[in-house]
Formats: sequence, C-alpha cells, structure tokens
Amino acid sequence: MQVKIALFGITKEIIGASKLNYQLSEKADVNQLLSSLKADYPALQKLTSLMIAVNDDYATPEQTLSAHDEIALIPPVCGG
Amino acid sequence: MIAITEEPINTQAVIDAVQADGAGAINVFIGTVRNQTQAKPVIQLDFEAYDSMAVKKMQEIADQATARWPIQKVAIVHRKGALQIGEAAVVIAVSTPHRKASFEACEFIIDTLKQVVPIWKKEKFEDGDVWVAAHP
Repeated sequence: MQVKIALFGITKEIIGASKLNYQLSEKADVNQLLSSLKADYPALQKLTSLMIAVNDDYATPEQTLSAHDEIALIPPVCGG
Repeated sequence: MIAITEEPINTQAVIDAVQADGAGAINVFIGTVRNQTQAKPVIQLDFEAYDSMAVKKMQEIADQATARWPIQKVAIVHRKGALQIGEAAVVIAVSTPHRKASFEACEFIIDTLKQVVPIWKKEKFEDGDVWVAAHP
C-alpha cells in the first residue's frame, strides 16, 4: 500500500520534502514504517527521538497503518 | 481559546478570554524569544507547527489541567513563523478561584506543552541554523 507522510522540522530537511508518498507492505505497523524510513534516510537514526502520529495522535509501535491514515513524522518537539 | 497563530499574540486578548466572575486569580505565562543559546547570539527563531495535531494536544492539556485544578477558564495561544528577539512564542492564561491553583496549573500546562505538542523551532545564528533538541 502507499501511504502519505507529512514531514516537519528537521525531518523535512532530511527527506527534502514536506510530504512523502511511501510504499509499505499491507498491514504494516508503525515499527516497520520507522525501521524502513531509518534505513532509507540514515540521518533519521541520529535524531534524539522519532515518533509517528496517526490521525493527530501519537501512535504506538504496534499500531497497524492503513492507506487512509493521516501519518506524520514527529522529530523531537520543543514548543514554548 | 486554544490556537496556533502566525500573527503576533495579543496577550491582553488571551487574558480577557479567561476572565470569570468566580476567578480570584489569573495566572499568565509568556514564553519569549531569548537572544542567546549557551552564550551564542541568536538572531531569529523560526517556529513550525503541525497545526491540527498541535491544537488537539493543547486542548487535551487544557482538559487534563481542568480535571486536576478548579480552573474557571484556560487559554493557550502559540505562535508560529519567524519570531524576533523578545517576541512572545506562547501565552498561557489560567483563571482559578484562588492563586495557588493558577500557578500550578499554568506550570503544568507549559511543561506538558513542551513535551507533547508538535511544534519545532529552528535557531538562526550568524553562522548557520540549528533545529533545537533534534540531536542528542
């Protein structure tokens, strides 16, 4: 399946776009997405943390993804 | 009032939003842009937000605070875009019947906001840019 991933902050610079269309196996989970992205873009491995958000909430590692999900890559946050 | 804005924050409007007849205290926190990081001069700060999730998380934090303290009203406004030294990046206002709860709730809100709300900032120095907290 193909998922759309929104990118922010440093991940936007590492991947070089603000949106990424990304190919994943059917029923892939958050862990698989993160491992795959870190393999394709090794600079992601150097970040303090990297989370996935699905439909405006932080996702758990075992959460299964679907093509309809609004997925975002969340590097370390630092508002305020 | 829970919002992300590209315009300069109107602090008085945030305070006005929490006025309540039952309030004996309004506590306000303003997070501002500092002119240096570890003694290195900062020229400008660029804030980026994942707007929809940021607003949702700020609302959740407001709800958590309201469950813990006798909050009359709470307002959280965060700025995004390019900010100059001294400008307000975030303004939080909380009204409660007595002052102690307003201090505690305000501190809880800013501490939690920094941990969970998807907002990023890039510090611009004379010799380059750095995404804050991105690397260990």
